[in-house]
Amino acid sequence: MKTIYERPKIFTDAITTYCGGCGHGIVNKLIAELIDEMGLQRNGVIVWPIGCSCLADKFYDMDQIMALHGRAPATATGIKRAEPHKFVLVYQGDGDMVSEGMAEIMHAAIRGEKFSVIFINNAIYGMTGGQVAPTTLMGQKATTAPLGREAVNSGYPINMAETLASLKGVCYSERVTVTSPQNVVKTKKAIKKAFDLQLAGKGMTFVEVLSPCPTNWSMQPVKALEWIDTVMVEQYPLGVFKDEEGEN
Amino acid sequence: MGEKVFMQGNMAMAESAIRAGCKLFFGYPITPSSEVAEYFAKAMFNRPEEEITFIQAETEVSAFNMIAGAVAAGHRAMTATSGPGFSLGQEAMSYMSCADLPAVVLDIMRPGPGDGDIMAGQSDYYQLTRGGGHGDYRNLILAPYTVEEGCRLMQEAFVLAEKYHNPVVVASDGNLAKLRESVELPGRLEVPAPESQYNVLSGFDPAEREKHVYLTGMNGVAEVIMINERLQKKFKAIEENEVRYERYNCEDADIVLVAYGSLARVCISAMKLARAEGIKVGLVRPITLWPYPEKAFADLNGKKFLCCELSAGQMIDDVKLSVENKHDVYLFSRWGSILPSPKEVLADIRKLNEVK
Repeated sequence: MKTIYERPKIFTDAITTYCGGCGHGIVNKLIAELIDEMGLQRNGVIVWPIGCSCLADKFYDMDQIMALHGRAPATATGIKRAEPHKFVLVYQGDGDMVSEGMAEIMHAAIRGEKFSVIFINNAIYGMTGGQVAPTTLMGQKATTAPLGREAVNSGYPINMAETLASLKGVCYSERVTVTSPQNVVKTKKAIKKAFDLQLAGKGMTFVEVLSPCPTNWSMQPVKALEWIDTVMVEQYPLGVFKDEEGEN
Repeated sequence: MGEKVFMQGNMAMAESAIRAGCKLFFGYPITPSSEVAEYFAKAMFNRPEEEITFIQAETEVSAFNMIAGAVAAGHRAMTATSGPGFSLGQEAMSYMSCADLPAVVLDIMRPGPGDGDIMAGQSDYYQLTRGGGHGDYRNLILAPYTVEEGCRLMQEAFVLAEKYHNPVVVASDGNLAKLRESVELPGRLEVPAPESQYNVLSGFDPAEREKHVYLTGMNGVAEVIMINERLQKKFKAIEENEVRYERYNCEDADIVLVAYGSLARVCISAMKLARAEGIKVGLVRPITLWPYPEKAFADLNGKKFLCCELSAGQMIDDVKLSVENKHDVYLFSRWGSILPSPKEVLADIRKLNEVK
């Protein structure tokens, strides 16, 4: 019988550490499939952040390093500059990247570091239990914004995919989501493009994924997907913000 | 050994690091360390055969994390900084010690706290020797007193970092950094860079897994115990094997000075002046600030100690521990910015000589 679908080979037997309905697992699987399909296992390094995905190293049979909170783009800079031929993937959440590590991601992008960045935007702190993030929507409730995010305390949401697209060092920037099978396919396509362009040495490639966090949003998983499709996309529209193959 | 040159401390130490096979430099400008970064930046363009990568990082926070990445990939990498920048590097120092990463840092000490001054000081002693970041860890600290010794220790720092899988800091100061003096530069370091000896990425648990993973996260009590016990073995081995110091005229001395770095040179002159007056003075000069050379004090019973520092007195704690509080330990303290003259130290020696 012809195999049309199987578990990615690079996955270990480790059991997921994510909550039910979480988007991380979907993206982790897409990464695993692409690493298999593109043959990146033996010549690649994944740089993990601090947050819900900091136990993800257990899922993959390849070289990995868990960076300090927010510092993954700096650690990845050291790896990629030392080993320019290596495939380097940086994986960060919104608290890690946009709050603690804003300087690191911005300056890695400014320098045009030639690695791929996958940014999981779930508009909240996951691992620490639902505190307000720079990406939290106006009015969205969080444990440290019990009445909902207000500008006087927390300012306004920041759109990373658009911000990074404005920098010359970034050659590709797209925002996707994982709310439906169609969107998951689009996400995989976006990540594949990011990996391809990195291997071609074009510049930084950036994929932002709107990702559900039912646990900290206090929503049923299906409701969480609906909330992304109806509410979250108004602040964070899906689409390609930069695709300059050949530049840099 | 290499050739004899007349060279500034920072530049001579940068050249020694290049000759040690340090291929990557990540740094952020800060006085009095910036010439080290500039030297690497120039070498990257003027000496392509060295295959040097220089990146001016956005912060010291990033520079230290870039080193973590580069050494994890099996390359020799370093930064140079000074007090406030070294403070920003502390989370990465803790991380790299825990992850067994052989980073090398050149800290050019200046007076602090806060923004501090940009001249020479020794106010980073606590931060250097106690592990300035969070958690139970130590860094091996090498403190030269001449530019030439600095060049030797700069190269040895890479060897020791790779031997113990731990960060090593060369603790220079604003005087040695800016001083131009005659130096016999070291030659090429014969020890190959780690990538050709072993894959540094196998630092975590090479026996059990094929993949190479660097983790410093500890998940539950079993991992807390396992990782910390492994680290403590490493620190104990360093304590047993790597203590370095020099002693001068200690055997017949009544008063023993204790000093390191550029201030040790002032103290050597003060010792000679005192001896010319008939006061029997010796000197203990720690070269490793951690592990501290406690054994240098083992046979110095019945003597008075004068600990000399460009700080409010930080190393004096280690001197007291070394003599187990059995002897009087006095402090000669200056705040730094300028070096005291040997006569200032001599004045304290004379006073101490009167103490019964």
